[in-house]
Amino acid sequence: MSAPLLEIRDLHVALPAGSERPYAVEAVNADLAPNEILCIVGESGSGKSLMSRAVMGLLPKPHVHVAKGSIRFGEEDLVTIPDARLRQIRGSDISMIFQEPMTALNPVMTIGDQIDEVFRFHEKMSRRERRERAIGLLDDVHLPDPAASMRAYPHELSGGQRQRAMIAMALALDPKILIADEPTTALDVTTQAQILKLIKEMQEKHDTGVLFITHDFGVVADIADRVAVMQGGQMVEAGTAAEVLNNPQHPYTQRLIEAVPSLTPRPPRVQAAKPVLEVKNLTKTFRSGGGFLGFGGEERIVHAAKDVTLELRHGETLGIVGESGSGKSTVARCIVRLIEAEEGKILLGDTDLRPLGRAAMRPHRARIQMVFQDPFASLNPRTKVGAIISQGPIIQGVPREEAEAKTRELLKVVGLDERAYDRYPHEFSGGQRQRIGIARALVLGPDVLVADEPVSALDVSIQAQILRLLDEIRERMTLSMIFITHDLRVAAQVCDRLAVMRYGEVVETGPTAEIFRDPRHEYTRALLAAVPGKDWRAG
Amino acid sequence: MVQFWRLFRRNRSAVLGLVILGLVILMAATAHLIFPDDPFRLAGRSMSPPGENGFLLGSDSLGRDVAAGIAHGAKTSLLIGLMATLVAVGLGTLMGGLAGYYGGLIDDILMRVTEMFQTIPSFVFAILLVAIMKPSIESIVIAIAVVSWPAVARLVRGEFLSLRGREFVQACHTLGMSDARIILREILPNCLSPIIVIGSLMVATAILIESGLAFLGLGDPNIMSWGFQIGAGRTLLRSAWWVCTFPGIAILITVLAINLVGEGLNDALNPRLRERT
Repeated sequence: MSAPLLEIRDLHVALPAGSERPYAVEAVNADLAPNEILCIVGESGSGKSLMSRAVMGLLPKPHVHVAKGSIRFGEEDLVTIPDARLRQIRGSDISMIFQEPMTALNPVMTIGDQIDEVFRFHEKMSRRERRERAIGLLDDVHLPDPAASMRAYPHELSGGQRQRAMIAMALALDPKILIADEPTTALDVTTQAQILKLIKEMQEKHDTGVLFITHDFGVVADIADRVAVMQGGQMVEAGTAAEVLNNPQHPYTQRLIEAVPSLTPRPPRVQAAKPVLEVKNLTKTFRSGGGFLGFGGEERIVHAAKDVTLELRHGETLGIVGESGSGKSTVARCIVRLIEAEEGKILLGDTDLRPLGRAAMRPHRARIQMVFQDPFASLNPRTKVGAIISQGPIIQGVPREEAEAKTRELLKVVGLDERAYDRYPHEFSGGQRQRIGIARALVLGPDVLVADEPVSALDVSIQAQILRLLDEIRERMTLSMIFITHDLRVAAQVCDRLAVMRYGEVVETGPTAEIFRDPRHEYTRALLAAVPGKDWRAG
Repeated sequence: MVQFWRLFRRNRSAVLGLVILGLVILMAATAHLIFPDDPFRLAGRSMSPPGENGFLLGSDSLGRDVAAGIAHGAKTSLLIGLMATLVAVGLGTLMGGLAGYYGGLIDDILMRVTEMFQTIPSFVFAILLVAIMKPSIESIVIAIAVVSWPAVARLVRGEFLSLRGREFVQACHTLGMSDARIILREILPNCLSPIIVIGSLMVATAILIESGLAFLGLGDPNIMSWGFQIGAGRTLLRSAWWVCTFPGIAILITVLAINLVGEGLNDALNPRLRERT
């Protein structure tokens, strides 16, 4: 191994007084060699992001600052060098790509101008030379039609294209180190796979050392040479990718890897043939623009659901998978009547829910309930947990005492302390809030539970707990469940049957194991091929 | 509450504002004890400078006590400021809430109405309204409320627009909750903070508008107010400076205090600004 590019020694990043812990990053040692990808893995709050920001000198000072330790880059210590020198290093020797390229790019400058800026600040070149280099870079990151992309504003590109542009900018001056902070988390799986490939390709071409921050072990398996695992600010384990992934030593790493859902579908369960819910030819289009009395300019029409037909059998879990914009959430919201579908039937038992008015719908509400994605947005911050859960039955006409008793019982069912009843949502963690959300849906005793990405906002270990809880509850209450997810690993573990959606259409349905073994539609194949880390623990 | 006070206390000038505002309120509450007589009563020699002939802050051209006028005027100013703000906030919240919650055609109609009010210069509009309705406390309160509510409506509409799409509101829909209950019990409590802040600042504006109206002779003729005092003394500014000056200072200090308190409320209630200091 050649001399390391970056040597982090005994790094302490202090948090402001009164925080949960004194140091965000504590006594961390790490080396980054040229032409190597070091993945820093950890759950939220592990300090992985702050560590990468410390290297860039981008800590939110003065609240958060490096208290101790050194970050050696060549002959210099990045902790102590003056800001002016740090600015020279940033962009030319060390550069960074971020999670959300839309916020990292300047929305009022064209991509070309933004790349040009990098050259102008750091090197002396003529305008023509700069332009040629920029077009060359965009070509390198495989942006279609580089000359046109130069003139494009960030909002005119797709998420994946923006991230490509970011990478082009980051690599403009051939940096020795690239720091990537969750660069693919906001992207769809197929795009994520492409971006990961690109980062790897660029890294090999330029001999760059990459510090790659992620929470996803699948991504780690795809890209990492070496892995460092962080927990609560400390680095608990470090080693080569093969060692850490296949033979983890530290109990925390073992737990994390254990929690990653396997891609092998779980054994199918015995199916009842009787459907509880049938969706027939559901169609929903969104219109935007038009403005007041049609004066606002051209109308845009998006077909969020086109002729969607689904069948949910008694006691099964039907997964709807697809990427963002595939219409899977729209279908879920149509089913629970949060948005009005234009056409089609939503048959719950013998009743068609779609044409029902609000009052007529109310008695059916209890039979079909929803669990939402974001545990922080789905609970009213000003209402106590007990009231959040019990208001459902109260609206349905259950006497107050009875509703309260039921609420307390359900708090226990979802694994929360009874004392939660009188607390506010902000006193709970993400996983606990999701449990509250589940209790709210279950208290009405529904036949059908629609879960819209219920675990995608959660850390992997919490995710495993919530999935287990949903499984238990389904058995216990003989629920039928529609489970919306973008994560095929989760789908494999939870769903009996799958429906794959793209551009508002269902392209394929079938038992989970069958779809995983023998995908018919090309899009399903592309999705399966893009799952990060599919070769690792595939079996 | 304790936590709120801790956050509020961090802004020193807000605490100062609160103290001054407290003193003004105290003055208004005890005006009839300290100056039991009618402030319009001719109390002694006219045009006495401050400190002479038993007038603490002098007397005006008719011999009315300026200090008594300020004390009784405080009551008027605070009362009108508070009443007008309550009416404006109520109306604005109603309109903004309905527009933001229902969206679509209702939003279009309500917001065009709001814009219509916003296009008319507010002070001119207030003068017009009071002139049409005959000057009285009620007409002044109505006029101020009518020119102030559009700002509240805009704010509340924005809050409702962003909150109505939040998942907790959607969860209430799936429970079959009625619109009224969602609006009042779920969404409204979550946008109280900005409403309180804009309301507190609006009290200051209302006091200024009231003073302006009274200055122009459009105040309630039977009630002493700061604007009326300034209006009565403006022709004597060079010969009897105190007649205008002291009520002017009273307006300045009160409005400043309310603005400081409003600013402090904003800092304490707006979580995004909390880390700023």
